[in-house]
Amino acid sequence: MIKVTTKTKNILVPLISIIAGFLVGALIMLAWSYNPIEAYSSMFSSALGNMNGIGETIREATPLILIATGFAVATKAGFFNIGLPGQAQAGWLTSIWIVLAFSNWPSYLLLPFAIIAGALAGAIVAGIAGYLRAQFGANEVITTIMLNYIVLYVCQYLMQQVMPTALRINTDTTKTISANGSLKIGWLSAMFGNSRINGGIFLAIIGLVIYWYLMKKTTTGFEIKAVGLNSFASRYAGMSAKKNIIVSMLLSGAFAGLGGVVQGLGTYQNYFTQTSSVDIGWDGLSVSLLGGGTAWGILLAAILFSILKIGGLGMQTIAGIPYEIVSIVIAAIIFFIAINYVIGLLFKTKNNRSKYYIPTRKEKAPNNSVDGPSEKIIEGSTN
Amino acid sequence: MNFVTILALIVSSTLVYSAPLILTSLGGVYSENSGIVNIGLEGIMTIGAFAAIVFNLTFASTFGSATPWLGALVGGVAGLIFSLLHAVATINFHADHVISGTVLNIMAPPLGVFLVKAIYDKGQTENITANFGYFSFPGLSSIPVIGPIFFKNTSAPAWIAIILAILMWWILYKTRFGLRLRSCGENSQAADTMGINVYGMRYAGVLISGFMGGLGGAVFAQAISGNFSVTTIVGQGFMALAAVIFGKWSPIGAMLSSLFFGFAQSLSIIGHQVPGISQIPSVYMQIAPYVITIIVLVLFLGKSVAPAADGVNYIKSK
Repeated sequence: MIKVTTKTKNILVPLISIIAGFLVGALIMLAWSYNPIEAYSSMFSSALGNMNGIGETIREATPLILIATGFAVATKAGFFNIGLPGQAQAGWLTSIWIVLAFSNWPSYLLLPFAIIAGALAGAIVAGIAGYLRAQFGANEVITTIMLNYIVLYVCQYLMQQVMPTALRINTDTTKTISANGSLKIGWLSAMFGNSRINGGIFLAIIGLVIYWYLMKKTTTGFEIKAVGLNSFASRYAGMSAKKNIIVSMLLSGAFAGLGGVVQGLGTYQNYFTQTSSVDIGWDGLSVSLLGGGTAWGILLAAILFSILKIGGLGMQTIAGIPYEIVSIVIAAIIFFIAINYVIGLLFKTKNNRSKYYIPTRKEKAPNNSVDGPSEKIIEGSTN
Repeated sequence: MNFVTILALIVSSTLVYSAPLILTSLGGVYSENSGIVNIGLEGIMTIGAFAAIVFNLTFASTFGSATPWLGALVGGVAGLIFSLLHAVATINFHADHVISGTVLNIMAPPLGVFLVKAIYDKGQTENITANFGYFSFPGLSSIPVIGPIFFKNTSAPAWIAIILAILMWWILYKTRFGLRLRSCGENSQAADTMGINVYGMRYAGVLISGFMGGLGGAVFAQAISGNFSVTTIVGQGFMALAAVIFGKWSPIGAMLSSLFFGFAQSLSIIGHQVPGISQIPSVYMQIAPYVITIIVLVLFLGKSVAPAADGVNYIKSK
């Protein structure tokens, strides 16, 4: 056992999880006689070795940061928002549609309008689940899963039946948006070797700062966290659980919707029919879990995730190793982060107030309904 | 098309689409009743589907018509092994159940596709030749009216799943094992005090969910999709999870919810063959299952309450 300070431990534990994740990937590659060193070196060199790669990595991270933030807001309020793909998709289609429909507007009006509308679309989709939970106690896991499908099919229908033919190429793809509604920034793309990097990254960073400020410095954020930690206590303290449920879901959906907006106005410049839930939704969820729901964590996790995703493409072409290994590594890293209790056992902290879960096996209170159902109070626990 | 034929068509396709959901959701019920939230059902189904398809492709010539049934068992065992990951993480290593379950979901499709690429050198498998097909119960199918609707050209796995649901309800509510399992999900500390092995019970719950989920995935792959690719299992596991909650954590409830989801899914697929429904724009049929689920949830079921200690890690005192 190594004796370290809490701060070092908080850095070391996720670092070891990441290394362990890469090792799992290496073992699988070795088992199928691929060369892991060649794989990882081609991965990092194609993601970070040239400006285009770096630009693409940042571009990949952009929607993930926003969607992960959305997931984190809901999680803080004690909600499992599994409807991120639907909310992102709603934001994507809405923003593209608006830009195409009002393409003669000046950029300074059109862009904010499209962005806000996209965020609003995501917020509405999530808000439905929040409202149903607050008003009727309907389980948000079911409602958000169902809303994913509803959004998926409604978007298909809107594309094929409702959208004016002037706005689309065929029933599956819209026209490419005009420059005044695009998040593309000429000098930025040029700086990063003509990659698809776009102004969305500034939006994502602003989103992260807002999230940090909201959670740390405002009453709204405090109430959301309080309701998530113990809804009984917060109700006793005069907070409205219903209001906070709806507010947190609206915020969560708005962030997820923004993720869809930057994917549309930034990466693809159009919308095309999706046959299953959009992947950035699930990826954003993973990033949020990886980042532990903190602003810094989300930023770093999104970058790591994107290095793997973008580098994985290079690895497939250069080293001829199936791309799927990347997703296995990501899953393994999240697994090791999840079992950080075990990794934490390697280190002894000088004081016992770690961010990570270190049960001291000393119960302070009985696990009964007086303390709120299923709230096990354990010394050293931060949940 | 007469009335009986239409009804028979609806019933049989409902059963085909329900079978994987029933099996998987039964597993979910056991896991959650033992106190382990299992949102990894989707991933477990994927692994089950992968294992069953590989087995089926390899041994179809050896076992003939028994292949899909053996394939289902292989899928179940593969799901069980895969679910060990979730069991170890949540029970021994105090991991957050939702995160660990998500790991299963994001791990399974790439793992399956990676292995398919490693084995077959391509992204998806061939179509299997020995699938479940349709089954007519000898004797029962000759009953007038009821026979053709329920027992002729129907899905055998679905009937087995329904019988399993009744059996698993009986086990969960009428046997000592079931009581112990549920006590671990309601109040693990009290259960421990009474001398019940909480960790053991929770392992049982998760591993049963792994086996049933693998079975469900295998049935889906061998009855509906016919091959394995990254899009074989998309959302089936989440529907099964919804069925667990919709069925209020009871095996019978989960079975009925699964049948309802299967019915709704099949309506959107066979809708164009049914007079009256074929005039409705397809988008309404497509979103109907999901909208109806939300409406039923809100209007009739109200607040669904999970087992009290569901999702709470139990750390044994020394």
